[in-house]
Amino acid sequence: MSRSAGAARRVLVAIPYLWLGLFFLLPFAIVLRMALSDAATALPPYAPHFEGPGQLGAFLAALDLENLQLLFADALYWQSYLTSLRIAALTTLSALMIGYPLAYAMAAAPRRWQGLLVLLVILPFWTSFLIRVYAWAGILRPDGLLDAALMGLGLTSEPLRLLNTEAAVLIGMVYSYLPFMVLPLYATLQKLDPSLLEAAADLGATPAAAFRTVTLPLSLPGILAGAALVFIPAIGEFVIPDLLGGPETGMIGKVLWTEFFSNRDWPLASAVAIVLLLVLVLPLALLQRWQMARAGRAGDGP
Amino acid sequence: MSEPNRARPAPDAPRRVSPGSVRRAFQPWNEPQARPIVEFRQVVKRFGAVTAVDHVSLALYPREFFALLGASGCGKTTLMRMLAGFETPDAGEILLDGVDITAVPAHLRPVNMMFQSYALFPHLSVADNIAYGLKREGLPRPEIARRVEEMLALVKLEGLGRRKPDQLSGGQRQRVALARSLAKRPKLLLLDEPMAALDRKLREATQFELMDLQSELGTTFMVVTHDQDEAMTMADRMAVMERGRLLQIAPPDLIYEAPANRYVAEFVGDINVFEARIRAVEGELVSADAPLIGAIAFDEEAVRLAAGESVAIGLRPEKIMLSHEEPPQPVNKVRGEIWDIGYLGDMTMVQVMIGGDAGRLLKVSLTNSTRRIARPFAWEDEVWLSWDVEAGLVLPP
Repeated sequence: MSRSAGAARRVLVAIPYLWLGLFFLLPFAIVLRMALSDAATALPPYAPHFEGPGQLGAFLAALDLENLQLLFADALYWQSYLTSLRIAALTTLSALMIGYPLAYAMAAAPRRWQGLLVLLVILPFWTSFLIRVYAWAGILRPDGLLDAALMGLGLTSEPLRLLNTEAAVLIGMVYSYLPFMVLPLYATLQKLDPSLLEAAADLGATPAAAFRTVTLPLSLPGILAGAALVFIPAIGEFVIPDLLGGPETGMIGKVLWTEFFSNRDWPLASAVAIVLLLVLVLPLALLQRWQMARAGRAGDGP
Repeated sequence: MSEPNRARPAPDAPRRVSPGSVRRAFQPWNEPQARPIVEFRQVVKRFGAVTAVDHVSLALYPREFFALLGASGCGKTTLMRMLAGFETPDAGEILLDGVDITAVPAHLRPVNMMFQSYALFPHLSVADNIAYGLKREGLPRPEIARRVEEMLALVKLEGLGRRKPDQLSGGQRQRVALARSLAKRPKLLLLDEPMAALDRKLREATQFELMDLQSELGTTFMVVTHDQDEAMTMADRMAVMERGRLLQIAPPDLIYEAPANRYVAEFVGDINVFEARIRAVEGELVSADAPLIGAIAFDEEAVRLAAGESVAIGLRPEKIMLSHEEPPQPVNKVRGEIWDIGYLGDMTMVQVMIGGDAGRLLKVSLTNSTRRIARPFAWEDEVWLSWDVEAGLVLPP
């Protein structure tokens, strides 16, 4: 009984690891191998240096980091990384600024309304992402809906020319990723014990002080989860900068796409992808360590 | 059944001469010059169609330990939350030290509360929890540190200041909550079911500690509880609340021995209640006839009764004596058969059926003052129940 239960547990644990190994680790290895190859006129269009485990020594001796070096040497690439980081960071910050009050209001709303409010937040997902971004192009284009409304109200006298600017990318990104910020924040705030705020008020905290000293620190896990859910996809985003951005908003996702499909330089595109992954994994690993340390501190007594 | 001209006694007017208060020295509520620290004046609070607090007037005095007792949903917590500032009365006013605080927001009231759930901040250490109110006051750092140490010593949690609330036992958490609510040295401390989460042994010990602490600090305590033992043990005075109204405000012994009405009598302690018809009133001595029992007699001073009137009479189980032989007294006795014996250690609860198998059960409690194993009474014994003229209580509806 217990033996078979143990075996069943091992199988259950093995399935997700098998999945990760098959669909994450293996493709990663393939991409890594590609990144360390040379572009070639072939099918697929690269000449691998790494031929198999037998030649590992020779491969390492002649390790060719040319593609990775190029990413740091050529301003196009590292500037794209920086642009992506900046836009993703701005997107995350804006989504937090808009999403926090929204999530707070949802959590404070009467319980019978909360289901409906959550539904409204996820409602945009029922329409294709691509169509929604195209719709933004229609809103933001010169003499589009936004300009028509603003000029009709007499607030502006000429078109804002927002489309194909970084502002348009930011608007599109914040719009698209806002639900990923709101939902974890709502989940955290909704669990917050209201008697904690009463206790804070009872001890003399003004509503602002109670928010700063109780609500905010206790919603930090929600803020971090929401920020990760927005920042990670935002940094590699390709569709939004492509449709709403201009030539100066060269985000790394777009560069990757261009290298892969237009230039057919698979090794360079792979190198871009590898570096992007590292850019994402490092801060996440640090975050994870911080959270583990925090949980560890709470778990054992002095 | 009741005469229209017979006024119901006011909740805080003693119905009769005190049977002897346990704490004689401290009775500010009987001193006309005493100034209350808290006053509720005709306070009303409604939630939709429900009137949670219905025209409550109440005065608490400095250094008093006051308990608000009632079943759940009687409005006692609402009354306390209005004092803390978490609910606003729909009518009436609340005075603290003679100042109307009805419109003052919670964070500006010099009142602190210990929450039933303790409401400790989970992200702050014990010391930071205790320091929270002091930091809001803007006290200098060394002063805060000193006060936190003082509070930790007061609740006997020295050395645990750096722990987080989830690293403490239930009893320790309760102490932190107490320390936090006392750290600002409030003149009035509100305690919402302070012992509800403690097990019985710990609860008893904590009750006495809380009483010591209260007399040491001189703080006025207002405790909300549904536990009558807790209220009676700790309180100088207590109020029994039902459906938003205060039925009686009195010291615990008066509440028990001279309940204002049938609800109070039945809510606090055990009591046998039966109907009786008044036969004659001679001064303070009233004689009456009760179905299944026969002739009874009792002392009554506060409630004026007339011959022919029907009243509810209450008899506490410990006021009834049990014997195998017929007692010599002419009245206040009845024959019955023992139906049930519940042995509780310190005492035994006996259920006696009177008036035959279709009659009714009366509860009698016996103190087990000796260690003898053979008990004098057994199941199905024919016994006599008897009681004194002071035992019977008239219970207004």
